Amino acid sequence: MTKIVTYKEGRLDKYYIPALLVGLKVTLKQFYKTLFLGQATTINYPEEKREYSQRFRGEHFISVDPTKTENCTACYLCQTVCPADCITIVAGERPEEENTFGVKKEKRPVSFDIDALRCCFCGFCEEACPKDAIKLSRNYEMATLNRETAIYDLDHLKREVKDRG
Amino acid sequence: MTLFDYIAVAAKILFIVGLAFSTVPIMVWFERRGAAWMQARVGPNRVGIFGLMQPVADVLKLLSKEMFIPAAASKFYYNLAPAISAIAPVAAMAAIPFGSYLIIGDHKVNLQIASLDIGILAVLAFAGLEVYPIMLAGWASNNKYSMLGALRGSSQMISYEIALGLALVSMLLVYGTLDLNAMVVYQDQSLLGFIPRWGVFLNPLAALIFMISIFAETNRLPFDLPEGESELVAGYHLEYGASKFALFFFAEYVAMLMASGLFITIFFGGYGLIPGMGWVLSFFQSSLSPDMFQNLTAIAQIAAFVFKVGCMMFFFVWVRWTMPRFRYDQLMHLGWKILFPIALVNLLAVALIIAWIGV
Repeated sequence: MTKIVTYKEGRLDKYYIPALLVGLKVTLKQFYKTLFLGQATTINYPEEKREYSQRFRGEHFISVDPTKTENCTACYLCQTVCPADCITIVAGERPEEENTFGVKKEKRPVSFDIDALRCCFCGFCEEACPKDAIKLSRNYEMATLNRETAIYDLDHLKREVKDRG
Repeated sequence: MTLFDYIAVAAKILFIVGLAFSTVPIMVWFERRGAAWMQARVGPNRVGIFGLMQPVADVLKLLSKEMFIPAAASKFYYNLAPAISAIAPVAAMAAIPFGSYLIIGDHKVNLQIASLDIGILAVLAFAGLEVYPIMLAGWASNNKYSMLGALRGSSQMISYEIALGLALVSMLLVYGTLDLNAMVVYQDQSLLGFIPRWGVFLNPLAALIFMISIFAETNRLPFDLPEGESELVAGYHLEYGASKFALFFFAEYVAMLMASGLFITIFFGGYGLIPGMGWVLSFFQSSLSPDMFQNLTAIAQIAAFVFKVGCMMFFFVWVRWTMPRFRYDQLMHLGWKILFPIALVNLLAVALIIAWIGV
């Protein structure tokens, strides 16, 4: 049940002046607070950055093992669960000499493309991944100059991301 | 006139024009930064220290743009409008005194470009000219939005000039003079021994009416309906760009400066010293010659005038970022059905009081 707040108009309200003075007081107070106490709610963006949650879902990356081999085994779970249909995987077999972990990483993604323009950053791919391979970093600065660079290929996804960005 | 007089007049003109030209960039900067501070934002701080060079960047941008004239516009009047709008308020400032007088050698220099006996009428005449650029701009642009803005602007300014004039007449009855300098001298006394005899204490109602009217006269929020961007895109200067728009922009702030100067002169003691300044100055009286003391006082008066005008300009910005815009019928209702009768009754009351008990 919402509380209904009523305001009874007094005689003074008819003349507007008291209400105007209250308004002037509010802006002057805020003027003082921002100018002298530095209580601005906006920040100098490129120099200062907002502290976002540790669970913020930003730009994707694929985790790698110490030999820089991706953890992804091209199981298609992320592609299947993706509601925006933005992941395209082509699976293939890893050459024997590159497979340092024996049979464990026999299957690999030949190409792994994420269309960041389609992605809705729901994080379902991260949840679905059995190998904790695909993850979302905390980087939110993903502006590009053209549409092509917004499609992330495997090389881009395998970049080094410390502490999730 | 001797050569000295010519130089004195030229120096005074330079001072006033310099004041106008230097106030505008500061005001443009403060309008944007002050707005930001009142809205808990940071505001433009990229160009120069504290963003103080922002107006310079703005002006350079505006001046280097293409001078565009719409094909259907009436070319002569289209070009004439911004020129009048910039000249009228600067000319009006000529009659506003900004200090008593300096003594240089054996010459007495009045700190007022034009010492007119009818100073206030001259100021009002030039202020009245500000309606024409709005009408010309709106009509000559051949654009429906500009036209509507011009109609709104001209009817608004003429409506509020009535309340402004009546509030002014009530003050003229009190002062008994049309000379702005004499008004300031009158206000230099003290009232009941402790408060200055400023117009605002003698007749606060007239001060309120006058203040509301100058907001409407200068087309500032809450009365900026001629520019109402939500309904008229930009109003009368919609078709203007580049340096012509810069002139309109310049004119808006000079008009504010002029209106503040007039308001200060009539209601806040003009260049009269702020209470406390006279006390500080009295320490120097014994150590300086009378002429030098007069010069020191004049400089203090200029400082007091600039300070008072600065406070008024702050008030303009403060009000702009506090009040919402009026609806047009509310504006006319306020002007004709509220301010006009109150101003009339106020004038009558002042006249009766003066007739019965004298000034």
